Amino acid sequence: MDYATLLQILDSTLRLATPLLLACLAGLYSERSGIFDIGLEGKMLVAAMATGAVAFYSGNVWIGALAGIGASMILALVHGLASITFRGNQLISGVALNFVASGITVLIAQAMFGQGGRTPPLDGAARFNPITLPFADSLASVPFVGPLYREVISGHTALVYVALAAVPLTWWLLYRTRYGLRLRAVGENPASVDTAGVSVTRLRYSAVAITGILCGLAGAYMAAGLQAGFGREMTAGRGYIALAALIFANWLPWRALGATMLFGFLQALALRPDVIERTIHVSIPVPALDAMPYVLTIIVLFGFVGKPQPPRAGGEPYIKER
Amino acid sequence: MQGETTTGRQETAAPAIELRGISKAFGSVQANKDISIKVARGTIHGIIGENGAGKSTLMSILYGFYRADAGEILIHGTPTQIPDSQAAIRAGIGMVFQHFKLVNTFTVLENVILGAEDGPLLRPSLAKARKLLGDLARDYELDVDPDALVEDLSVGHQQRVEILKALYRQADILILDEPTGVLTPDEADHLFRILRGLKEQGKTIIIITHKLREIMEITDTVSVMRRGQMTATVKTAGTSPEELAELMVGRKVLLDVAKGPANPGRTILEVRDLRVRDENGVERVKGIDLHIRAGEILGIAGVAGNGQSELIKVLGGIKKGTGSVLLNGAPLDLSGRAADAESRREKGVAHVPEDRQHLGMILDFTAWENLAFGYQGDPAYHRNGFLMDNDAMMKDALGKMERFDVRPPIPTLQGKSFSGGNQQKIILARELERNPDLLLVGQPTRGVDIGAIEFIHKRIVELRDAGKAVLLVSVELDEILSMSDRIAVMFDGRIMGERDPDQTNERELGLLMAGVTNETAA
Repeated sequence: MDYATLLQILDSTLRLATPLLLACLAGLYSERSGIFDIGLEGKMLVAAMATGAVAFYSGNVWIGALAGIGASMILALVHGLASITFRGNQLISGVALNFVASGITVLIAQAMFGQGGRTPPLDGAARFNPITLPFADSLASVPFVGPLYREVISGHTALVYVALAAVPLTWWLLYRTRYGLRLRAVGENPASVDTAGVSVTRLRYSAVAITGILCGLAGAYMAAGLQAGFGREMTAGRGYIALAALIFANWLPWRALGATMLFGFLQALALRPDVIERTIHVSIPVPALDAMPYVLTIIVLFGFVGKPQPPRAGGEPYIKER
Repeated sequence: MQGETTTGRQETAAPAIELRGISKAFGSVQANKDISIKVARGTIHGIIGENGAGKSTLMSILYGFYRADAGEILIHGTPTQIPDSQAAIRAGIGMVFQHFKLVNTFTVLENVILGAEDGPLLRPSLAKARKLLGDLARDYELDVDPDALVEDLSVGHQQRVEILKALYRQADILILDEPTGVLTPDEADHLFRILRGLKEQGKTIIIITHKLREIMEITDTVSVMRRGQMTATVKTAGTSPEELAELMVGRKVLLDVAKGPANPGRTILEVRDLRVRDENGVERVKGIDLHIRAGEILGIAGVAGNGQSELIKVLGGIKKGTGSVLLNGAPLDLSGRAADAESRREKGVAHVPEDRQHLGMILDFTAWENLAFGYQGDPAYHRNGFLMDNDAMMKDALGKMERFDVRPPIPTLQGKSFSGGNQQKIILARELERNPDLLLVGQPTRGVDIGAIEFIHKRIVELRDAGKAVLLVSVELDEILSMSDRIAVMFDGRIMGERDPDQTNERELGLLMAGVTNETAA
């Protein structure tokens, strides 16, 4: 594999990892607060649909993204209502919302546009357009680093950089702020927070709301960054891959970056079977590459790579004991 | 000036806590009924009562977990509303729960500041807490490594973190719920030293416990609760354990177990070089030798987690191990196909497990079902050798419940509807009525009322007197000392030594429990 091909694949990696990273961090907030969220997929899907529709009408991708965040937030709050206020089963709520999202997105898109459940193609200001970082062209002649900077780092849409910035921000929030301390505590032992006089309910809702925002961004990126419009089931299981990445990352922000980049790299490779064949002289079927994130996650769950340590109160509704 | 002085004087005179006519009902159950109590500032006040007497409800009201239906709370003479824990903390009340409310994956510092941070960023709060913890450690023997993870701390140290949390929030009234339940005698002594130090600094301390000995040792005054009511408040110096027990139960109670001398016969159980590993492959029992004869109770003392649980589980067939165990001279299968609870039962081993609510019964199932579990293959429970005979089981259950004084004696009630003591009686009835050769019994009276403790002890001694062997595992030294004919102390998976209960004392056993073997101490 020559350097140019590698750069191409790394460029795809970054593009493909972005929705995974946003969704993975979304899941991190929710699960760190003790609310399991299998519904990342559904939230991304409604966000993609809302972004596609509103960006098309308004011609402004940012208004579209806001609509996407709004749609995702609605689902997040329903999940919060079911699992925090009514102490329902978090897995069932998440699965149910995924089904709702899968159906309602196609239904609304069909009703609005009559194009077989798609939204019309977006272009111009209705899409996220690539941003060329400073000096990308002038540094291009610097050997090795120059092309890397120009081809891989520069030239992405705004949300790619937002996703990357969200990693240190999340780390800082979790480990350096009062909010983060409480968030981590409520996912480990909600009684410790409750007896300290802090509301478990409010904390968990706030976490679920952040999940909604980040899933909204992930969906907006799918519809207006990675693609040009919403299509039926366009998230294609990315919500689940993000969950797998979250486990792979052991619920830690920096590792979430690593895990989603790895999974993004696998997706990028799956797009270029020719490169793999040329490099290792064995043809690997694309479905096998698609399955890799799940295989890796199961290996992690087996405990081969250190013991996964999920938040201990995860999945359990908090009921005050006497 | 004059006015201020007068107010000042009144405040000093006002009790730290005064409750007036507190009542609280859960549905039809009156958990607290017209409770009034005054706790003077700078004293240690004990609240004692059986399980379900309403102690915890009362403290939950004080800490803002529940709102009283009626009544008034006065803190330092000021009527105070406590709608939530935040209000309790603001009123200067700190609570150390029986089950610690700590985040195990956090450091001590993080736990201390949680919920009491000074601002949105952690750094200043952490620095402040570090300094304060240093001061408190010096003043009150409250040393804990501020950077240690809570999950790496011993139970005694975790409890100190809870106390530090309260002090960091500037609590001047400290409530401790069953504080010594999980401590070694040494750790308990240390705790009492801390509490006395706090008292000298003018803090007011309330201890909820069911242990009479502690009440006598540490408190200045003691209130007794029974069935939701405060039956008496007395000066500790002017009362006795016997009087307190009587006030708690409402009748005279025998605190010492009435038992004659043992009359040991042939050896029933012989254990040689028994070893057990846990799920993580860590050896928890490291080569134990012991024997029990017919008509004898062997007590295993030790701090929880030193291999006693594994020992009793292997003997009961619910865990595997290696070594040799002879029951009535015949070897027991420790790791093969017959290493299960059913095979043990067939050989005459009865097991009253430590974790009664998980291993002893199914809480959602009825009493009559629970009374048959493990023996459901008994032909007496069957018709035509195939169908269960529910009528026969019901009748059998009713008889057992009456003979073991299970209250209420209603076989169709779910296991969880019974109090801890009555649950234990159900399990004892099931196991003892099978007339086993060997009884394995773990923590027989944990969470059990004084009245029921007396009954349970009596039944175990009766079994001994009928010529059976009993292995008693308990973390309660009082229980070990009064029940056992011989005492073996376990520490770190080994038996540290064996003692005659008549020729030893708590101090000596406590040292053995902490792993100190000083033969001169014997």
